[in-house]
Amino acid sequence: MRLALEKRDYRSTRMTVLVPIVSLLISFLLGAVVLAISNVNPLQTYGAMLKGAFGSQTKIQYTIAKTIPLLLCGLAVGIAFRLKFWNIGAEGQYVAGVIGITWVMQFWTFLPNMLLLPVGMLIGVLCGAFWGGIPGALKAQWSVDETLTTLMMNYIIIGYAEYLYINAWKAPRGNMGTVRYPEFAWLPRIWGRVHSGIYFALILVVILWFVLYKTRWGFELNMIGKNRRAAQCQGVSIKRNIILAMLVSGGIAGLAGVIDSAAVTHQLTKGVNSGYGFTGIIIAWMSGLNPFVSIVVALIMAALETGSDALQLMKLPAAMGEVMQGLILIPLLAGSIFTEYKLVTHTSHKEATV
Amino acid sequence: MSEKNTDETPVVRMVNITKHFPGVLANDSVDLTLHRGEVLALLGENGAGKSTLMNMLVGLYRPDSGEIYVKGKMAEINSPQDSMALGIGMIHQEFMLVGNMTVAENIILGMKDLPFVPPMADIKAKITELSKRYGLQVYPDKVIQDLSVGEQQRVEILKLLYRGADILILDEPTAVLTPGEARDLNEILKKMLAEGKSAIFITHKMDEVMEFSHTVQVLRRGKSVSSCPTNTIKRVQDLANMMVGRDILFSLDRGPYKPTDVMVEARDITVLPIGGGKPVLDKVSFSIRGGEIFGIAGVAGNGQQQLTEALTGLLRVDSGTILLNGKDMTNKTPLQVIKSGVSHIPADRGRMGVVGDMSVGDNLSMKKYRTQELSSHSVINRSWVRKFADHLIDVFTIKTPSQDTSVKFLSGGNIQKTILAREIDSCGGILIAVYPSRGLDVGATEAVRQNLIKQRDKGNAVLLVSEELEELLMVADKIAVMFEGRIMDIVDADKASTERLGMLMAGVEREDV
Repeated sequence: MRLALEKRDYRSTRMTVLVPIVSLLISFLLGAVVLAISNVNPLQTYGAMLKGAFGSQTKIQYTIAKTIPLLLCGLAVGIAFRLKFWNIGAEGQYVAGVIGITWVMQFWTFLPNMLLLPVGMLIGVLCGAFWGGIPGALKAQWSVDETLTTLMMNYIIIGYAEYLYINAWKAPRGNMGTVRYPEFAWLPRIWGRVHSGIYFALILVVILWFVLYKTRWGFELNMIGKNRRAAQCQGVSIKRNIILAMLVSGGIAGLAGVIDSAAVTHQLTKGVNSGYGFTGIIIAWMSGLNPFVSIVVALIMAALETGSDALQLMKLPAAMGEVMQGLILIPLLAGSIFTEYKLVTHTSHKEATV
Repeated sequence: MSEKNTDETPVVRMVNITKHFPGVLANDSVDLTLHRGEVLALLGENGAGKSTLMNMLVGLYRPDSGEIYVKGKMAEINSPQDSMALGIGMIHQEFMLVGNMTVAENIILGMKDLPFVPPMADIKAKITELSKRYGLQVYPDKVIQDLSVGEQQRVEILKLLYRGADILILDEPTAVLTPGEARDLNEILKKMLAEGKSAIFITHKMDEVMEFSHTVQVLRRGKSVSSCPTNTIKRVQDLANMMVGRDILFSLDRGPYKPTDVMVEARDITVLPIGGGKPVLDKVSFSIRGGEIFGIAGVAGNGQQQLTEALTGLLRVDSGTILLNGKDMTNKTPLQVIKSGVSHIPADRGRMGVVGDMSVGDNLSMKKYRTQELSSHSVINRSWVRKFADHLIDVFTIKTPSQDTSVKFLSGGNIQKTILAREIDSCGGILIAVYPSRGLDVGATEAVRQNLIKQRDKGNAVLLVSEELEELLMVADKIAVMFEGRIMDIVDADKASTERLGMLMAGVEREDV
């Protein structure tokens, strides 16, 4: 008897459901070991985390508010990943979005009040698209490796944002942060902390699902992602689509930043590089690039983040939260192999016949 | 070839081998016996299970059930290392050589028990000794990328001999060779047999079976249908029938040659290589009329593929003009070329022709998805696609479990039929086919050729690039021979002789040389 992995004929639906659940259980077991070593009761800790994420209305609201930018970043990254364009620059595109909207809020005071928010959002999205479009164009025109350009461009824009909120755009009082956006230009809240950005995110999920699975453009992206050369032979323009997909990807990441700043932070300040863009990579990957699945994954990731804040109450260091997140992710990512492959047992020749 | 005695223990005996792949029974209780000093030809259509069977012998796959005996002992072969230890080595269709390393380096690459600093002088001496013994002319210090395909194949053979293989498996060894090189290979094989080695070779070509082998075994749909001494075969036709299980038409249905207007015109097309040096295409000029099949002969790698890529917009030309259906299409995008009425059956069907991870239905609609026939207002209509794909699967007799099956699970012949169906269906007057029957079995080859002729009879212009002169003489109306990026000559197919074309392919310009 011998065990082996065999590629599945089709992606197994049963496994797609089963694998994350089993993986999650294994994750919690692993986490329990680490927690036990740190001298806390694992069950209690998990209880606290769960409570931290969903324990009260306010906690649920916090978690959902975090889900919104995470979901948008996951969608953004997912579009680029469809083309096998490894956009790890959603973080920077997010920051570009925040800079864009802040610029409008602070300096476009000639606009009528009513227009300030929509114009600000639009400019923010365009900034994100621009920041994503640059590596797209570099790749399309000169085959510059996108993993490097998208990653490096994060640091450029994060540094620039820092310069803006510490120096150039700093509010007169205090030592960092821009002037707060005028209150009439905030994105309204709809349920406690949960703001109307959730509509944008959910509508975008539906739109993206439709575009990716039903339209000619979605078909082209699929072709390019799965066999670039064949797509080219069929007359699909690789250059045009890479640039287009990166404009959309950057734009959506920018939208994440725009929404979070218009609804939550109301300014450009420290903490703008929230890490949402990087978590978006994990969300895109774990959701299998499916927009609807992204909602669930984004919610789990958000819950992990809000939940780990509770760890500090257990007298554990704040970094423990990240340790737990990592431990939970690894089995989930590793488990995805079982949706593509199945475990089969081989009987050896000797046992078989004669 | 002479007969061999068969009373000693067979060197390889495969008994009752069965192997499943998702949705496919690749081998169904197959038996195979190979004797010392024997050449066994393994004949069969694409997807008949020949390569699968051999891959189990070299440890790339494991049988689901059945036994393998090597030199009388039951063998458990789990990896190519295991099979090499038993003296079995395989030369795959795609050579496994490192281009920028020397012959000697390639030969020892991956060998386990070498000292940290290999004694290159001894190694080279042994290589030279081996190559002399078997008549394999190879220089150990030459770099692989400077060698011809035939020479590279010799390096592959040497690699196996160096490791002490005495059972050689060759997967379609002559597919990439010129007729001369194929004859050399035959000589090499004979020398190896004389030394007591044995060989199995996988092929589609009947004449090679007759010429090279002592025994012929025919596989059909995973089952072994026949195994007999080659000299008992009376007619080649019988072999072909065994292979496909029906009588094959060796003559193709074709109407009279009625050329119309010029539809494709190339004037002085020149493509320079990126690094500089000899042009890849050197002032290539020709024209193709409607109702005409224009064949391009030549050994692979003499610019044929670049020429078709230039015509289809995939490769930029440095100078020259391309007219398609009367319009100047020089350096236009592939989409513009497609819209001007050009269909393209590319050389590399897996990498260029289909998207393996997408369904048969999706692959069939990869040209028409952008038209009103399959979509409206940028939205693809799935039910139209289903109907469209089912229709093409039916018309072109594509064997697939369903249109939702990923194309990569189909056999080579059915993948090619999928491409053929898509390209012919969307053809707007010009069809460019590059090695369309390469690696296909008799049945699929016949279907491909008949379809090309049908396009010609409909009045379309067909460009056919092929390595097989026989195919070109059978199908084409005119034949151009390419050598080192130039067109040596263009001749009428009915006046051309194999000898003359062979000379041109070798770069000999005049008949009197």
